[in-house]
Amino acid sequence: MISLGALAPDGDLVQVLYIVAFSLFIIGIRRGTHPTTAKQGNMIAAVGMAVAVVTTLALEGIGNWGLIIGGLALGTVIGAVASKRVQMTGIPQMVALYNGVGGGAVALIAWAEFRHELAIGAEIPLDTFVPILFSMVVGSVSFWGSGIAFGKLQGIISGRPVKLPGQQFVNALLLLGVIAACIVLGSDHASGPSQGLFIAVLVAAAALGILVVLPIGGADMPVVISLLNAFTGLSAAAAGIALDNVVLIVAGTLVGSSGTILTMEMATAMNRSVGNVLFAGFGGAPAGGAASGGEERPVTSIGAQDAAIKLAYADSVVIVPGYGMAVAQAQHAVKEMAGELEKRGVNVNYAIHPVAGRMPGHMNVLLAEADVPYEKLKEMDDINPEMPRTDVAVVIGANDVTNPAAKNDPDSPIAGMPIIEVSEAQQVIVIKRSLSPGFAGIDNDLFYEENTSMLFSDAKQAAADVAAEINDL
Amino acid sequence: MDLTTEITIFVLAAFVGFEVISKVPTTLHTPLMSQTNAIHGIVVLGGLIVVGLSDNALDNAIGFIAIVFGTINVVGGFMVTDRMLGMFVRKPKKDSNADSSEDS
Repeated sequence: MISLGALAPDGDLVQVLYIVAFSLFIIGIRRGTHPTTAKQGNMIAAVGMAVAVVTTLALEGIGNWGLIIGGLALGTVIGAVASKRVQMTGIPQMVALYNGVGGGAVALIAWAEFRHELAIGAEIPLDTFVPILFSMVVGSVSFWGSGIAFGKLQGIISGRPVKLPGQQFVNALLLLGVIAACIVLGSDHASGPSQGLFIAVLVAAAALGILVVLPIGGADMPVVISLLNAFTGLSAAAAGIALDNVVLIVAGTLVGSSGTILTMEMATAMNRSVGNVLFAGFGGAPAGGAASGGEERPVTSIGAQDAAIKLAYADSVVIVPGYGMAVAQAQHAVKEMAGELEKRGVNVNYAIHPVAGRMPGHMNVLLAEADVPYEKLKEMDDINPEMPRTDVAVVIGANDVTNPAAKNDPDSPIAGMPIIEVSEAQQVIVIKRSLSPGFAGIDNDLFYEENTSMLFSDAKQAAADVAAEINDL
Repeated sequence: MDLTTEITIFVLAAFVGFEVISKVPTTLHTPLMSQTNAIHGIVVLGGLIVVGLSDNALDNAIGFIAIVFGTINVVGGFMVTDRMLGMFVRKPKKDSNADSSEDS
């Protein structure tokens, strides 16, 4: 029996094709950073992937064609159907799911390679074994962590931070246990390491992935998914080192490093550090916020007709969408409402907070789907100076990203997070189902301000009602 | 390939990854994350190699699942990224020409 590494492509043609493949990945990512070339960049990377797969299939000694073709076909069908069917609102959890299966694949490959090395019976060289252990652990963490992220975004698991007593301690213990077991396995590399212990580590890593993501609130999921994405990339690179496969090393590392940068950029947009996201458990500190929210504070509640009148006689209106719009699938109704206003000569713009929704760019995608012109979508820094000149700001399903506490209350858990300054507008209409707090789990002072009116309704219903009322005026 | 060469490749690729990502507009964060997500589906190659050389049922099963998972990661990842980008790259008028030529 030969080592899997021995199958490493030594043929010159294969190496050249692998170099072509990873070059295409680099070009693809580079193009993906500019709006005009992003779509093309994605295509280029996909072509690179096709080159890499076909090249690998042409390797000498590859057999089991039935299983290979069956696996590729099944994966293609599932991936294609899922991508076509998914609602635009479901994209964040879809990305989490794809990331998870990627991590799962890495962990499984590491296990299979370990079994293969055991079957050969000789000593497992450490330069193969260490990357195997690394990719097994990280792949497993990524698979289960992404699964939890998916569950939270899909609403299968509560999106609120889940706090268990002594959790940090348990996590630390698990991590130490995993590392210790890996050292034991590694030191046995010459004398046949135990497969039982290997599988135990696989399971412990799974528990670690679950326990680390579980306490993190839904609002931080984009950062978590991005981080897990980088992890999966690194584990793929490690698998590449174990398999002596250049294109795996390069592609995995690229994703690992670019994913790390992307994660930090996202965290910066939310004014949070990655460490803070992972260990602070956002919403764990609302004790103060809850106390102040406990006292009954008066809110002004209005109906669709009043809202329509306020809007129709305004000169400029800014719509601030958030996750509530996504959940209610309200983007088309919102566009319709804006259309009615524009017919009456009202200037309507949309203010997009960098982390509105569950992912950066989430709102842009949804509004673009509803055919809202690109130039009407204003970024936070462009729209905030306009706010004092805005007659009515309409907040649709957004919460934390408009909370003035981020600016005014240094003790707030979201203190310092940049917000859309809707309270600067002459009037504010908040369309929301209830006064319940957003994903950060804190009360929003905006709701109690004097120039704020609450329209308690489902976002889609409210937008449709207001549009009809404006039409009737 | 010896370990030193592999680590050299690893370090250089890490720097390339850091360098290509700079000043990404927030709008593109999600699509770019999704695209890099698809790229790590490259691990499907590992599945192909495992199954291609397997001689027992358990390895067949492990490798088969790895291929399915990896392929979902690749195909789903690229397609969903394409759908996302198709939504908002189409909109600006100046891009409409470039966009249609990219599709063909």
